[in-house]
Amino acid sequence: MTTQTEYRSQLHHRQKELMVKWYERLNEAAETGEPPTVSMMISGNCVELLEGFSAVPIYPEVNALQLAIRHQSLEPILLAEELGYAADNCAYVKADIGAYLRGITPTGGKLPKPTLVLCNFVGCNTYLKWFEHVAEFTGAPLYTLDVPFMRYDEPTHADIEYVVKQLKELIKRLEDLTGRKFDYDRFKEAVRCSSEVENLWSRIKHLAKHSPSPFDAYFDAITLMGPLYVYRAKPEGVEFFEIALKELQEKVLNERDDGEREQFRVVIEGPPPYPHFRTFRDMFAKWNATAVASTYSTVGGLWEFGARHDPSTPFESVARHMLEHNVTNRNYLQRYDQIKKYVEDWNADGVIIHFVKSCRLFSAGQGDMRDYFTKTLGIPTLYIESDLEDPRYFSEAQLKNRIDAYFEALEHQKLSHRGIEERRN
Amino acid sequence: MEKLTERQNSNESSLSSSVPSVVSPSCEDVIQDLNFTTVRKWKDQHPGAKAIGYFPVYAPLEIIHACGMLPVGLNGAGDQLDIQYADARFGSFICSIVKTTLEMGMTKHLTPFDGLLFSTICDSARNLAFVFKRNFPEQYVDFLHLPHNPSSEASVDFLMSEYARLQENLEQLGGTKLTDAALNESIELYNENRRLTRRLYDERDGNPQLMRTSELYALIRAGNFLPVEEHTKLLKQAVDELPTRAGKQRDSIRVVIEGSFCEQPPVDLIKIMEEAGCYIVDDDFVLGPRWFTKDVSVNGNPMRALADAYSNASVYSSMRHDWRNPRHKQLIEKARRRKADAVILLIAKFCEPAYFDYVLFKQELEKEGIPHLLMEFEEKMFTFERLRTEIETFVESLLFD
Repeated sequence: MTTQTEYRSQLHHRQKELMVKWYERLNEAAETGEPPTVSMMISGNCVELLEGFSAVPIYPEVNALQLAIRHQSLEPILLAEELGYAADNCAYVKADIGAYLRGITPTGGKLPKPTLVLCNFVGCNTYLKWFEHVAEFTGAPLYTLDVPFMRYDEPTHADIEYVVKQLKELIKRLEDLTGRKFDYDRFKEAVRCSSEVENLWSRIKHLAKHSPSPFDAYFDAITLMGPLYVYRAKPEGVEFFEIALKELQEKVLNERDDGEREQFRVVIEGPPPYPHFRTFRDMFAKWNATAVASTYSTVGGLWEFGARHDPSTPFESVARHMLEHNVTNRNYLQRYDQIKKYVEDWNADGVIIHFVKSCRLFSAGQGDMRDYFTKTLGIPTLYIESDLEDPRYFSEAQLKNRIDAYFEALEHQKLSHRGIEERRN
Repeated sequence: MEKLTERQNSNESSLSSSVPSVVSPSCEDVIQDLNFTTVRKWKDQHPGAKAIGYFPVYAPLEIIHACGMLPVGLNGAGDQLDIQYADARFGSFICSIVKTTLEMGMTKHLTPFDGLLFSTICDSARNLAFVFKRNFPEQYVDFLHLPHNPSSEASVDFLMSEYARLQENLEQLGGTKLTDAALNESIELYNENRRLTRRLYDERDGNPQLMRTSELYALIRAGNFLPVEEHTKLLKQAVDELPTRAGKQRDSIRVVIEGSFCEQPPVDLIKIMEEAGCYIVDDDFVLGPRWFTKDVSVNGNPMRALADAYSNASVYSSMRHDWRNPRHKQLIEKARRRKADAVILLIAKFCEPAYFDYVLFKQELEKEGIPHLLMEFEEKMFTFERLRTEIETFVESLLFD
């Protein structure tokens, strides 16, 4: 039985190269003032617009999660708590602010003072605070791009108009700050690249419908998400996802379903515990359980149900992306539907809800979600708790016990179903 | 209201036996009444009329009122409700008011309401709105997106469209059409109410011993429950009565309270702060009904006036984001204007917006040399010994400095 997870392939290699290259660009911006940089939230970002200024995005979340996965998050978290941040504040923010003040970066290189702190507000109220604090501590200017939350299943005409008007204000602001003129053609080309990447990413997601799935749509998806955020609107992004799709397609063709490698198919809701990523993953690997879909992998964008950027209406399609095609700006019941679809269409055995203390956007109300999946739908659902950034909130023995108990019960259920069917035949 | 029995409170005598407490005891009963007797009574008197409960902090009361409905501010359940259902829905690290509000729904305390209104305050409260939708599919539950980019001109147009959407939903619920004339009348009524509230705070500012904060607090918060016309009468009475009152000056420091904009501290905690030697000269308790810093215009399109007031003439609050004049700067302005000796940051447990704001508030207060104290509370707490010691030590350190 495999209990240790291996990471090796061309796509992993290329992923590392791309992320290193991104940090080198940021280091260059810190050293020389060029290229211009813009801090943004991952979810519902408008990176295509930045391409119109040849500007590079800074994602504080990526910095924070990189620190956590490299076991470097506790020191900046403690520093932030000395400043007055509460034990119950989002630890992403604490790690990011603490790291900034202490000059810690994930790679050891420099991070620039952003040309603009752009708070693309898509549901996460913590982000409003986080970006105000980044603006206050760095002295960089702040623009809050307010995206109306999804009160209904579709955005209203007024929602789209409001976001488009703000995108145009943002262009004006960036023209003033960078001294560069907005390159509309480049923006449009970026929107086209995004639509291609989205198409490739969506096809990859659908490969997980195969049994066994060629990849884990939670743990492996995270490897693919870095390039997705940074390079979505660039040719490098298209090239990377072409490699990834090809590699995973080959895996589907070459792998026979022996029923061993993948014994359970689950859907995972909520961000992972980055400080204990490997340990957590191995708790699932032990049971040969694969995540065939996850909500966390739709933070950057929700494309597996058909939505794409559209170069023929670039502004409107960026607005629509910010409004409805990312998981954080969608309402809670839309998330229930999304998970339900995954269970049905990706043929999953159950749902794992991972409550993270830091993130109330994801976690507040997950008890109700469990109630819906277990009682209303009758889907075996496990609810566990830890944190995405703070290594102190991870009770390994308790998590292991609960995960083991869950899969033992699922196994028992499968065996007895098989027994019943065999007796019938 | 007259029918409600007066409540004896042991703390009152020690504080100010000379202060005639006209409005407070009955207001205290109103705000702690989980059966919403005043709302039921109003509905009995207005057969067929609807009541809309709104979760803190802000809601456009004028629109609800102009539709012939009673807007009622929900403020959690204090320590009066044992949580049986809501813990399982909302789990750890979530504030009390989110849970008590859901618990009130699940224990049928919210049956007087024909609709529930939520808005963009924080992530937990937003998710609560949708959990309500799932658990009460027959109930009208709406969620208002209050804009976070007031520096954009587009925010006023957007908020107008959001208000128009609410209007449409309310008209459908109530079966009556809202007119501009009715809305302007409602704005006038609420303008008067807010004017009186501002006046009460300003006039009390010079002589805080004339009216205890616990009394003022109950009076203001009763406005969450009572029809605005009735509440305005109480405010008038309090404003008229204030100069005629006698109150003994005490050895107290002047304090501004910040951080309790959503979940409310127990009234007993406010009393303890006063007993410990605080004149609370300003606060952010129950902000919703006193949201605007000046009158909302009644000369023109009333929807635009309300939307414009939200973007450009709102009080600052941790759930509202306006970098043109950041909250930490406004707190300092407020403390200076009230000649406060200190600021107490009184924060509800697990209130993330308040926790975040604390960092910049603290930094700015220290830069400006204003003493400050952080206190954490939960609406459901009923023993205050640790907080009493903290506040007494803090006050003494300033009085005998």
